[in-house]
Amino acid sequence: MEPLNALVALANFVIVPATAYGAQLALGALGVTLIYGILRFSNFAHGDTMAFGAMVTILLTWWLQAQDVTFGVLPTALLALPAGIAVTALLVLATDRVVYRFYRRQRVAPVILVIVSMGVMFVMNGIVRFVIGVDDQVFADGARFLINARDFRDLTGLDEGLAIRTTQAITLVTAIVVVAALFWFLNRTRTGKSMRAYSDNEDLALLSGIDPERVVAITWIIVAALATIAGVLYGLDKTFKPFTYFQLLLPIFAAAIVGGLGSPVGAIAGGFVIAFSEVTVTYAFKKVLGYLLPDALEPAGLMQLLSTDYKFAVSFAILVIVLLFRPTGLFRGQTS
Amino acid sequence: MTFPLRNLLLFVAMLVLILMAGFLQSWNVALSIFNMGVISAVMALGVNMQWGYAGLFNIGVMGFVALGGLGAVVVAMPPVTQAWAAGGARVLLALAVGAAAIAAAIQLWRRLPRGAVRVVALVSVLSAGFFHFRWIFDPAVAAIEAINPAASGYLGGLGLPVLLAWPIGALLAAGAAWIVGKTALGLRADYLAIATLGIAEIIIAVLKNEDWLSRGVKNVIGVPRPVPYEIDLQNDPDFVARAAGLGIDAATASSIAVKLAYAGLFISVVLVLLWLAQTALRSPWGRMMRAIRDNEVAAEAMGKDVKARHLQVFILGSAVCGLAGAMMTTLDGQLTPGTYQPLRFTFLVWVMVIVGGSGNNFGAVLGGFLIWFLWVEVEPLGQWLIVTITSGLPADSVVRLHLLDGAAHMRLLTMGLVLLLVLRFSPRGLLPER
Repeated sequence: MEPLNALVALANFVIVPATAYGAQLALGALGVTLIYGILRFSNFAHGDTMAFGAMVTILLTWWLQAQDVTFGVLPTALLALPAGIAVTALLVLATDRVVYRFYRRQRVAPVILVIVSMGVMFVMNGIVRFVIGVDDQVFADGARFLINARDFRDLTGLDEGLAIRTTQAITLVTAIVVVAALFWFLNRTRTGKSMRAYSDNEDLALLSGIDPERVVAITWIIVAALATIAGVLYGLDKTFKPFTYFQLLLPIFAAAIVGGLGSPVGAIAGGFVIAFSEVTVTYAFKKVLGYLLPDALEPAGLMQLLSTDYKFAVSFAILVIVLLFRPTGLFRGQTS
Repeated sequence: MTFPLRNLLLFVAMLVLILMAGFLQSWNVALSIFNMGVISAVMALGVNMQWGYAGLFNIGVMGFVALGGLGAVVVAMPPVTQAWAAGGARVLLALAVGAAAIAAAIQLWRRLPRGAVRVVALVSVLSAGFFHFRWIFDPAVAAIEAINPAASGYLGGLGLPVLLAWPIGALLAAGAAWIVGKTALGLRADYLAIATLGIAEIIIAVLKNEDWLSRGVKNVIGVPRPVPYEIDLQNDPDFVARAAGLGIDAATASSIAVKLAYAGLFISVVLVLLWLAQTALRSPWGRMMRAIRDNEVAAEAMGKDVKARHLQVFILGSAVCGLAGAMMTTLDGQLTPGTYQPLRFTFLVWVMVIVGGSGNNFGAVLGGFLIWFLWVEVEPLGQWLIVTITSGLPADSVVRLHLLDGAAHMRLLTMGLVLLLVLRFSPRGLLPER
């Protein structure tokens, strides 16, 4: 029974949370990587786009809750999500029209666009703080657990419980659906193919009559959808706080770069690599080892490699290792 | 040295803005804005060296500023002798072991032939080093932090004069910059950006969590000052008499006198830095840096060592940011790791450089003053604006209260708008590079 208990403890504290977190990072990294592939710059406003999308969804959720509309066992936020995506898409399209298009026409160096995105980041951050404030907002409702730790113990007779929160399950399911839809779109539809063509070789795509403004607009809409979904899922799973979304930039970029900037498959792989390493390195393995090792060898300390506050250090270390040894990322992204 | 009239006028206008704050608000506010403006100008000078001279995209300014602040603590705070006795030597030993493991790993990687053996050797050396490090380090930290945790619980500093901390803070930042530069320079601009963003977060995490070093979120307060304390001035009959002669009460006069003393110190630093930066920019070295920035391939073909020059200017710029950090901690008299936020200490400095005019040292200084002034003054202005706009609404109206609440966040919005407007309509900044 002991190895089973160890496995359940590991699943409860490492595998389940890391999978949910990885799915959120993967969705965020997909947005970053798409912008990089099509518009060819690193969008520093992405974290704040996620915060904006989540904020709109939260406001709509509160309105729905006030109208006594709920979604049964599922969080009401899922009902508000499409409208949240629509508002965010309008915002990023307007931003592109007012801000980015000018520089695109001038064909400025990518680094200038990065600085421009810093300005957009300030503005979006200001809007979010202005509208909803800087505090934690809880908006999850519906059933809390898919499997409750006590039920699991009663069911299996093990000492360790396994709890899976509804939000974690929803995160994974939504992420799978979204990613499947995105890949279907990119690989099977005419528009998706034109996007990939534009990403691979801009001049050739222009010659074959692809309308660049249309490609860019569709990219922004997809990115708004990905950012809003990622933001809402992260907010449901943890809590919504504008500043944490800004801090997510680092793991998200790390995921996108580790996977290879510009490569959608890489972004997903990168998201999970970063999430699993963050959670594993900062998890105290005392309990798991306690089950596995004989009593005499039971560890005295927490057996934690690094304290949780150093989770940024983990994304960073992986990022540096990948950059030093395989600068194009795990899946070859764009190098130019 | 020629100084165009336009530049002079802009600097005079900036001075008038600060004087207006003095007349309309209070001289205390105006002097605080001025002092932090000088510090911001130093930070902007550092970033301008990296971005304006060399085109290096560093968004880890916060980390280097915080290291400078740590420098102030390590140099100026009195040592906690009990803590040193309890675990000081052991902590140093642990750090040496950690550094040795990393050095050994790097040597192994260079010496061994490519292949699986090399990877296994690297991983085993690093993990053995890490566990040894933790095995020596953890008990020492526990011992140090156990000593009077409410008042000290850390190693303290060296007890040296705080002005020494300024160059030492710069050195600390330069050391960190050397490590970052060695690994991340030579990568693409976006990668360097993410790497510096990451190192800044890590430095802040270290300051927040390594209580033995910086007391973490418990903050180090009472860092010694290079200028007199207000309370001593107020107890000095000579000073009180002179203040009365000027018609100011002693409390106000003492705080203004202290701020003026800081302002004098800071101005001399910024003038020396400006002189150095201008001389460097106009020297052959400066021309080479700009040549590298404008065309790396051509500069390399001319025999310039692009990578080494990038590393050099990256270290120099980061050191200047560290100097600013040490100055700021000295001015505040405390190190509060919890208050270091990237928007305030990294991205705001970037706004200063871009608005001032990248590549122009005077532009960086002007940008530092102007953006800091806006950062401070936007909040009361926004408050006033909203009170005026909503004056038609009843005093307890929900909309009005929410807007008043939000006025505090106007500054981020304003900074973003300023940055976007300057980038769009005057991309070379207020004082363009010649």
